Amino acid sequence: MEKQILSMQIKTSPSDFEPLAKGYFKDEKENLEEIGFWKASWIRLKENKIAMAALVVILLIVIFAVVGPEVSPYSYDQQIRGDENMTPCLKHPFGTDRLGRDLLVRCMVGTRISLAVGIISALIVLVIGSIYGAISGLVGGKVDIAMMRLVDIVYSVPEILLIVVFKLVLDEPLNYLVTNVEFFRPLQKIGSGLLAIFIVYGCLYWVGMARIVRGQVLQLKEMEYVTAARALGASRRKLIKDHLLPNCIGQLIATVMLQIPSAIFTEAFLSFLGIGVSAPMASLGSLTSDALESISSSPYRMIFPAMIISLIILAFNLFGDGLRDALDPKMKQR
Amino acid sequence: MELFQKIIKRVLLAVFSLFVIVTITFFLMNLIPGDPFMSEKANPEAQAALRAKYGLDQPIYIQYGKYLNGLLHGDMGNSYVLQKGRAISTIVTESFAVSMSLGIRALILAILIGVPLGCIAGLWKNKVPDACIRVISAVGISVPGYVIAAVLMLLLAVQLRVLPTSYNRPGGTVMPIITLSLYPTCYLIRLTRASILEVLNQDYLRTERAKGMSERVVIFVHALKNSLIPIITYLGPLTASILTGGFVAESVFNVPGLGRYFVSAINSRDYTLIMGTTIFYAALIIFMNLVCDILYQVVDPRIKLD
Repeated sequence: MEKQILSMQIKTSPSDFEPLAKGYFKDEKENLEEIGFWKASWIRLKENKIAMAALVVILLIVIFAVVGPEVSPYSYDQQIRGDENMTPCLKHPFGTDRLGRDLLVRCMVGTRISLAVGIISALIVLVIGSIYGAISGLVGGKVDIAMMRLVDIVYSVPEILLIVVFKLVLDEPLNYLVTNVEFFRPLQKIGSGLLAIFIVYGCLYWVGMARIVRGQVLQLKEMEYVTAARALGASRRKLIKDHLLPNCIGQLIATVMLQIPSAIFTEAFLSFLGIGVSAPMASLGSLTSDALESISSSPYRMIFPAMIISLIILAFNLFGDGLRDALDPKMKQR
Repeated sequence: MELFQKIIKRVLLAVFSLFVIVTITFFLMNLIPGDPFMSEKANPEAQAALRAKYGLDQPIYIQYGKYLNGLLHGDMGNSYVLQKGRAISTIVTESFAVSMSLGIRALILAILIGVPLGCIAGLWKNKVPDACIRVISAVGISVPGYVIAAVLMLLLAVQLRVLPTSYNRPGGTVMPIITLSLYPTCYLIRLTRASILEVLNQDYLRTERAKGMSERVVIFVHALKNSLIPIITYLGPLTASILTGGFVAESVFNVPGLGRYFVSAINSRDYTLIMGTTIFYAALIIFMNLVCDILYQVVDPRIKLD
């Protein structure tokens, strides 16, 4: 192609209209915008080796927790006579506790509990937080101010303290509901302790999510396509569903992913303090706290659950970080 | 003047939050069935007399008013279970002194280690030191406090026997302080690194370089100074995390601090003590958040308080 200076004429040849050879652009990622949001994110995520390794670890842990207890010859509350206080061996790879319960299967069940707590809590936070934030941001005006005042108050309240208080108060009524009211009986298996944790999470932790969603909505609201949709008479409901949510979904997913380890952390902390799951149910926190009494004579009881919980939180943290970078590349510099 | 108004608004919000906490805690605690004298072996009349003595026979709103009034005078009632009849305000102030001396040392340790490491990581982005520091901080943030406490106990006290397991012996404060400071240290590393990276992208640094200022002055005088400002905001959450970390560290290492009292109050269901401790902690955290919000506003006028 030859361009004559000082003239508008451009001489072209047919070869200028041939498709470019593959790899013409040195960095093919420059074109990520053309191949769609999800695919582009996936490509970015795949390149992040740490995040992929974390994903593999998470999958392994999920298999360990979901399949493990089904395959194990023992159940988590089975007290095997004659096998008390065993150190790790072939029959019991993680050893047994002083009641003769197999620690491997208890760790598996504990991992299951931790994962369930993490995922369910994150979903609760997602639902409450995004609905609240979206309404607040969309409606605006006095409603927004009032709703955000509430968020400010909940935000300034130290949540771990309220969690403890809520937990103590909710335990008994929940226990009553679960054991005596027909409707709630299916929940008995989960246990009142865990239910209380979910409720507390739903009550307290949605504020962070609500703030993020509101910020996003306020930003997106000013975009031209939203104005256009509004001018065409789109209802509020449609605006949220079709325009606003899909556009902040990336940040939402990343925030939810990072919420999971924080919920797991909290549950382990509560169980360690003795107000998490109730015996004989095991959680990684309660297993560690039980093991603390015999730490000098049988440290192995402590090591396995402690290692698993640290690994879970680490893997979720790293994967969440990677996911955030992949879904929202603008955030990466921060 | 505008700043002054904002600060007033902030203070009012803090006071209101504290009031909300007091109210929620009070009514929740009173929802729990039973009272501290149920377990008393004394006959019903003696129980009734005790209830009357402590005002538990009155309607709840009067009890609430009395409690609020007491709080304003620094009176949080008495412990009924753990330390029978002792004033909670005494228990709290005595044990908090222990917690605070540990907490402040942990905080200083966290700042002394976390901020420089974060700076190094930020300035050598994507180089070997950065990678090492990032791995360490990612792991440090993921390991729950009780695991750290247990590992330290196992390694230093049980296996190597270099430190005593009991808090009272010389060197007994080392392990609690390390436990307390690990999470804040790692969090500070990440925060400092992110903040440095953000400042390094600023236009004014480019201008300074273009004007021929030496790299040393650019980094040490202008970049570092500005990137350390946002760290002030973490001071409030830092206090909170050291306090909650105290629950675990003090229980594991048997430190007679407020955290351990809180945990044993929970386990023995000493509701008045739980209530008093919760309110005290909440007041402390809200106060620290308030202080660092205002400090941040004063140091960096670009920030809007709302």
